[in-house]
Amino acid sequence: MAYTEDELKKELETKEYEYGFYTDIDSETFPVGLNEDVVKAISKKKNEPKWMTDWRLDAFSSWKSMNEPEWSNLHYKKPNFQDISYYSAPKKKPNLNSLDEVDPELLKTFNKLGISLKEQKKLSGVAMDVVIDSVSVATTFKDTLEEKGIIFCSISDAIQNHPELVRKHLGTVVPKKDNYYAALNSAVFSDGSFCYIPKGVRCPMELSTYFRINQAGTGQFERTLVIADESSYVSYLEGCTAPSRDENQLHAAVVELIALDDAEIKYSTVQNWFPGDKNGKGGVFNFVTKRGICHNRSKISWTQVETGSAVTWKYPSCILKGNNSIGEFYSIAVTNNFQQADTGTKMIHVGKNTKSTIISKGVSAGRSQNSYRGLVQISPLAKNARNFSQCDSLLMGNDCGAHTFPYIEVQNKTAQIEHEATTSKIGEDQIFYCNQRGIDTEKAIALIVNGFSKEVLNKLPMEFAVEAQKLLEISLEGSVG
Amino acid sequence: MKFQEKLLDSFIAFEQDIDLLSPIHIDRKNALKRFEKQGFPSKKDESWKYTSLKSIIQKNYNLSSKSDKSVELRDVKEYFLNDLDSFKIVFVDGIYSPFLSKTTHDGMDICVLSAALSKDKYKSTLKKYFNQIVPKDQSLASLNTSYTKEGAYIYIPKGACPEDPVQIMHISTGNQESIWLQPRNLIIADKNAKVEIIERHQSLKDHSVVTNSLTEIYAEKNSFIDYYKIQNDLNSATLIDNTFISQQRDSNVSVHTFSFGGKLTRNNLNFYQKGENIQSTLKGITILESNQHVDHNTLVNHEQPNCESHQDYKGIFSDRSVGVFNGKIMVEKIAQKTNAFQQNNNILIDNNSKVNTKPQLEIFADDVKCSHGCTVGQLDKEALFYLKTRGIPEKEAKALLTYAFANNILESVKTPNLKRRINSLIAKKLGVNLGFDL
Repeated sequence: MAYTEDELKKELETKEYEYGFYTDIDSETFPVGLNEDVVKAISKKKNEPKWMTDWRLDAFSSWKSMNEPEWSNLHYKKPNFQDISYYSAPKKKPNLNSLDEVDPELLKTFNKLGISLKEQKKLSGVAMDVVIDSVSVATTFKDTLEEKGIIFCSISDAIQNHPELVRKHLGTVVPKKDNYYAALNSAVFSDGSFCYIPKGVRCPMELSTYFRINQAGTGQFERTLVIADESSYVSYLEGCTAPSRDENQLHAAVVELIALDDAEIKYSTVQNWFPGDKNGKGGVFNFVTKRGICHNRSKISWTQVETGSAVTWKYPSCILKGNNSIGEFYSIAVTNNFQQADTGTKMIHVGKNTKSTIISKGVSAGRSQNSYRGLVQISPLAKNARNFSQCDSLLMGNDCGAHTFPYIEVQNKTAQIEHEATTSKIGEDQIFYCNQRGIDTEKAIALIVNGFSKEVLNKLPMEFAVEAQKLLEISLEGSVG
Repeated sequence: MKFQEKLLDSFIAFEQDIDLLSPIHIDRKNALKRFEKQGFPSKKDESWKYTSLKSIIQKNYNLSSKSDKSVELRDVKEYFLNDLDSFKIVFVDGIYSPFLSKTTHDGMDICVLSAALSKDKYKSTLKKYFNQIVPKDQSLASLNTSYTKEGAYIYIPKGACPEDPVQIMHISTGNQESIWLQPRNLIIADKNAKVEIIERHQSLKDHSVVTNSLTEIYAEKNSFIDYYKIQNDLNSATLIDNTFISQQRDSNVSVHTFSFGGKLTRNNLNFYQKGENIQSTLKGITILESNQHVDHNTLVNHEQPNCESHQDYKGIFSDRSVGVFNGKIMVEKIAQKTNAFQQNNNILIDNNSKVNTKPQLEIFADDVKCSHGCTVGQLDKEALFYLKTRGIPEKEAKALLTYAFANNILESVKTPNLKRRINSLIAKKLGVNLGFDL
């Protein structure tokens, strides 16, 4: 089925009219194209202070002089940046009256993931009573958080209500000119999340829980800023295990984490965007810049499960600036059909006694290409730095590829670096053993893949670990031939 | 005038000296065109990210040697392995020195490329092999091809196994202030043949010499080639070594690289496996100090099923030296049952030195066993302490441990004389008398 973005857009547009869905404010979408006026207009629309507008314009002017990076091991048709509308209110899905109207394929997946009925409705945009219910739940959460002094809101709200915090920290970890997509995001970011944990506070809940119920379409240029003040702790989960048929083709998000002295941030991502159909048509392009900075004795831990998107370009990184700081990266990237992933991490050791751990697991099936690209850099001042990296790849079938590009740069003699990588396939004897015990081949493969990625799955918050496990199974469905 | 332009302009003068009717002349001309387009690699090229040629190509070099002042044997004797019988192909400032060499045409050809180019009976062999596996996108290889004139030519016919190894020696005298040399070697081992080759570049005086050498090696069915590179030049010398190896089924080629000297050394070592059941071995010891820079850039291209490759590089770096390792293993779709192994271990002796390493795997086949490992660290403190408690001074203890660290590379060196020579080079480099022999 040849189904282009334009057709989808058209279809959505007509549907919207059919149902009389958009109110005036909602339907306001900027004409396609990007220039200074568009950037100014976005800023104005959001009623931003002047410093913010200038910040965006500065980012835009440097973006104009930059070129789209080509070094990655990805092949795709470059998006036309003048062909995108840079501001649109969150696109709402057509309202449905009951689950019966939802795409049965989607429901099947929900059931496999074991998502509760309420959430199923919420996720597929059905019915209002559940939402009302959730809102009340959300409010109780909000109260608890406020009591502790935790700020958790959208970044536009934060710009209005906490400008001093945003101004101080925004762009300090990922500078405006960092790279092509970060510059683009800095110029036109629509919305995103802001989180501040005050000194000595341990955030009582996974911010994910809240996030999930309250999830709002944050658009394609998302900006996240998480600040953990001294001795605080937060665990943050982004994304959703449920399949999300996002209609935006290009995503360029920026995530900045700041862990001040003795703080700890745990950031987990589950990404399951539309990977394109079996013939490699459609699918989301995901170009994300994620980076965290660790001050003295602090810790940042990235965990990611990547199963979606047609093209993924993503390197969650840690700058270990403070002494005794710790960076961790746990990742599973599963690619199937025509998906391509170029993902990995950067660990920049600057402080003394800094430690980092990298565990990366790649599973490629179908005709997909899966690359690990990582950097471990030990600066001359980083005494006693320690790094352990492990990247394992699993290949399923004869048409996929696994690639490893680890960069290791050491300038201090006290550093201890270990890197190991393996590539293998699922052993026929393993599958045979399972078959013998009455487990069919598809289940057996799911079992083996789960075992392969266990180290990473264990790092996810508990409730998501279970769903992520099932997600892996679904992503690999039909890859056994 | 920039040196790159000089290289392009001097080609006309170069053409005066050579046979323009030679069938390979078209290769030269095409290669020059490619070089003109590509230019010298810069740090922007991914494979040259950690090694810069900028300071080298800013200078000016003589492209040919004018003086024919010959070198006495006693001046260069120490650089040869003398205590064994061997064939020798010796070049002084890029010019073949019959006086120092020992070549043969008896049952096999161990001679120079210029001789092979000038005689009709080599035409078909040259046509079959010359410039066949050199990739077109590497500018330094193109540059070498365009100035093809002299180098070693070794052809071992079917089933021949010369007992004596071949020593290829490139000597630069320093009679000219600066010189740019471009030797071109062609080595062919036909079916069931076996040969051992030792290559060395040596300058006699502190002067700026840049060698952009290219070696093509063809290992036919069931042949066996052992190649040793000794890189222990003075600190004024730069070496860019391009080696391309094409292997046919059941062949076994191993290359050992011992990098102890030179200001800048870049090794582009490329293996192409063109048949089944091939063994490729790449090993190296690098011991560097005082601002030296060595870059090992290896590629093993597994194109056929049931092959093996084994890579093991050890590096020891001190005193502002820089070590780079960029190892790439490609496994093509049909190369099932490939077994590829890569290991790179490094020790940093002090904080001024640097290691950049990038072991890279690109795999398109599923039934393979590929792994790579890479470490950067220091000598084991407890082992050091143990040796000291046994009354071994710190310096010797460190040398002993360093030696042990590099030793497993030496184990696969087959010629005892060579092993002994490398052993003494390591001892000298570490500044101690190890007090034992192999």
